[in-house]
Amino acid sequence: MSEFSVIGKSIAMVDSAGKTTGSGKYTDDFSLPGMLVGKILHSPYPHAVIKRIDAGRARALEGVIAVVTGEDAPNQYGILPVGHDETALAVGKVRYVGDNVACVAATSEEIAERALELIDVEYEPLPAYFDPEESIKAERELIHPNRPNNIEKDYHHVFGDPEKGFAEADYVAEARYIANEVTHAAMEPHCTLASFEIDPHTGKQGRLTVWSSTQVPYYLQHKLSLVLELPMSQVRVIKPLVGGGFGGKSEIIPLEIIAAVAARAANASVKITYTREEVFWAHRGRPRTIIDLKTGVKKDGRVTSVACKVIQDGGAYCSYGVVTILYSGALLGALYDIPNIRYDGYRVLTNKPACGAMRGHGTVNVRFAFESQMDEIAAALNLDPAQMRRVNLLKPPTVTVNGLRVLSYGLPECIDQVITRSSWNERRGKMPTGRGLGMACSHYVSGAANSIIRSDMPHSTVNIKIDRDGGVVVYTGASEIGQGSDTMTAQVVAEVLGCSLSRVKVIAADTDLTPIDLGSYSSRVTFMAGNAALRAAEDVKKNIVSAAARRMNCSPEDVVMREDRIFKRGASTLESATASPETEAARGHVDGQILRGSVLQSRKEEGSKDHMSFEEAVVAAIDVHRGLTGTGSYAPPAEARGGKHKGAGVGPSPAYSYSAQVAEVSIDEDTGEVTVHKIWAAHDCGRALNPVAVEGQVIGSVWMGLGQALQEEMVWKDGLLMNPGMLEYRSPSSVESPEIECVIVESIDPEGPFGAKEAGEGSLAATIPAISNAIYDAVGVRLRETPFTPERVLAALRTKRGMKKLEMTEGVDPTQPKRFREHGGSLWFRGKGPERHPADPARQGFPAGGAE
Amino acid sequence: MKKELIELRINGRSHELAAEPNKLLLDVLRQDLDLTGSKRGCDDSSCGACTVQVDGVPMLSCTMLAASYQGNEITTVEGISEVGGLAVLQKAYGDFGGSQCGYCTPGFMMTVRWLLANNPDPSEAEIRDALSSNLCRCTGYSQMYQAIHAVIEAEQRGTKQELVGANQS
Repeated sequence: MSEFSVIGKSIAMVDSAGKTTGSGKYTDDFSLPGMLVGKILHSPYPHAVIKRIDAGRARALEGVIAVVTGEDAPNQYGILPVGHDETALAVGKVRYVGDNVACVAATSEEIAERALELIDVEYEPLPAYFDPEESIKAERELIHPNRPNNIEKDYHHVFGDPEKGFAEADYVAEARYIANEVTHAAMEPHCTLASFEIDPHTGKQGRLTVWSSTQVPYYLQHKLSLVLELPMSQVRVIKPLVGGGFGGKSEIIPLEIIAAVAARAANASVKITYTREEVFWAHRGRPRTIIDLKTGVKKDGRVTSVACKVIQDGGAYCSYGVVTILYSGALLGALYDIPNIRYDGYRVLTNKPACGAMRGHGTVNVRFAFESQMDEIAAALNLDPAQMRRVNLLKPPTVTVNGLRVLSYGLPECIDQVITRSSWNERRGKMPTGRGLGMACSHYVSGAANSIIRSDMPHSTVNIKIDRDGGVVVYTGASEIGQGSDTMTAQVVAEVLGCSLSRVKVIAADTDLTPIDLGSYSSRVTFMAGNAALRAAEDVKKNIVSAAARRMNCSPEDVVMREDRIFKRGASTLESATASPETEAARGHVDGQILRGSVLQSRKEEGSKDHMSFEEAVVAAIDVHRGLTGTGSYAPPAEARGGKHKGAGVGPSPAYSYSAQVAEVSIDEDTGEVTVHKIWAAHDCGRALNPVAVEGQVIGSVWMGLGQALQEEMVWKDGLLMNPGMLEYRSPSSVESPEIECVIVESIDPEGPFGAKEAGEGSLAATIPAISNAIYDAVGVRLRETPFTPERVLAALRTKRGMKKLEMTEGVDPTQPKRFREHGGSLWFRGKGPERHPADPARQGFPAGGAE
Repeated sequence: MKKELIELRINGRSHELAAEPNKLLLDVLRQDLDLTGSKRGCDDSSCGACTVQVDGVPMLSCTMLAASYQGNEITTVEGISEVGGLAVLQKAYGDFGGSQCGYCTPGFMMTVRWLLANNPDPSEAEIRDALSSNLCRCTGYSQMYQAIHAVIEAEQRGTKQELVGANQS
């Protein structure tokens, strides 16, 4: 018999049938009687003062119930306490094309759309900033008046002695890397339904209920309370099924507040669903990033020092920006043993949609640079890239130079696994021209050790209620967004209570019913909510066990709960405890129903026994304890919460996942097209609680990294997004997706639930450099700018051969990128771009738009 | 636009309803008939989340006028379960992780069901080609292939009842 009954088995998600039959409900699937449709008017300018808004004509339209503008809810909010710079709708000025100006609540979508056209807004354009290196020079017309030079935040960290480290190095590599902007593009467009109840005592609008596609119901409740000036207890947030988040729903998206503001004004329920184009404007994706990286190494490849300067194009609002720029520096540590680090990070505001958290938050672009540079160094020193990484491994348990505690560390095995499976040693360097192998590693946090709103309160709490029906109901605030949060919770509880999975019902993410959980972001759910569920189950188990021990006349330590049975250790094996159907009925258990009278009867008649059914034990426990509930919570230990320097709060985690990958690619040297044939991905997730789900997360991460590596890119023209659609954004379809072989490595973390760590994000970051390193192996060009589109690869190949430069919008060599280029350097948008937006600033001829 | 009376045959049942002549089939399904299984993921027929079958052929309900499909046999994801349980394909998608967030899943159900009804033993490339009409952002498609192969195997072993033929009409 294996150690566990439920843990470690591949099982279907507990909510999978709802998804395959269409019966599962997402926010947009709900409607309420008398519900109105909300539509938002967006700014056509990247930066402009709103001089006047006249909604008179819109209000007069039959079917329009309310029109709201910034003045209706001027309180500022933001996901970070240091970044409260957003309002529900623009107050005074707009900061990006797509900024929210007004919202119409009407009886139909058609009427609402017509009303938008009747709202008269007078703008006075301001100079706009699109390039962070230009924006940083701004002295007037700042995007936010309290952010000089349009710098949202800058950090300057020194750990160890970087200069001494470089002096000791035998070889120093230095280069600039550029990663262009990507977005989540979750399949479900954001949607929010807001509804007020009338308070029977005051006769006025009282409690607010909001259904929303969110990863963070608790933060949404908090911000709604702030903006609408309602006590938090008067706001209920319910998260139905969520159609993918990837970080794009991990903060408060404007429509979530706007729907509530409109519902208040219209005195009716209001639902707002973004169009796909609006989803792209709402964005909060991974920022364009410039990375200036310098690494010093000894002859054997050992890193002596790293200096890294990062500039992020953060967009018009803070969003998660301060955290992103800190992660970019902090996660230089905890993967390899780096004794000296200098980090300078600048989060810069520009007139584009705000960037925020996206899968692999903060680490992905810097990891691309770092792993690429490692490969360059290995090539220069004639070292095997795998060996280069092996000499730089950490020796856990340890605390890194920048204060990150590492306990479990499966990276060495991850490297071994992918090297073996890809036949790295046998095949590398012996492949035909145009085909190559590349490797890279990455890691990620299993939840941030410090919460966004700093406190010592638990990050996760789980309640369990078991009643005489024998059903186990688990209440958790953790947010299922498709990653398997509910399934993980059910598995952990079932394992601890020794009951079948079907007995456990998970009620999740409803702020009225479930205790506070910080939400689904930073890969925290399995580690933190999982630990809370584990503790809650142990809490309730204690009471069942003590009652069962009395009945079975043994000590509580000798009571075993397993597979819906409770029996004495040793005295009875599980097999003998398994009763026949006849004895089940005699003991009052028929088809899962408790015949309470007969149980009581038999309890009185029978003396001690050596085994009980789950229901019997529950009833016995309720008799003794008068009720059967349990609570468990989790807060990261003080040792895992990092150092004391400014910005030390971001980066520390109770545990880190590790990943190593090898990519095999071939390149068509005539077209520049890169084909990825296969990726071997080994991921250390501590313990795989549900292997099929872990594989799904790892493969999904690798695949998303592949998209960023090869084809995904947000293309801008004067602040206008040129590709706001699924076809134009081009996330990989099934024909472009290679085979991904996932290898699960289990390092069994000492603090994770059953040893588990994160699985959902860490693998993404290794994929991009693994592919770029494979491209180098195949054709000898080093691409330092993502994505590796055919035109970039071709431009690099031509540079290498000394041929005439490929004509791109601005002739910058993607092997030596210097700055962000208009249209990402793509020929596709050469010139002034397609005339697709009636108010394209490029056509308006105002100062910053490159007047014609 | 004034509503007109139309009659649609969906999942083997007839529905009479009043709808504007320009109303999309997806909106009729979701708003008028409460068949919310079909999803809207984009505005330009690029994602496939709204896929339904019309006379057995997968089509994008977000770009079809409902009034134009009177007299056709429309099948949505709500119409593919076996009596009293999941179809083999639905079970396999759950077991093999073919569905994560699930938003694209109804569309994939309709596409894969068509594929297997017309080509019971598709090659790897044929599966990839068929699936390329639908986008998924969670799975990287890999576990969907495993699920589809499991269905094909089950079919070939004959251990499960046949998938309901897509060309039933």
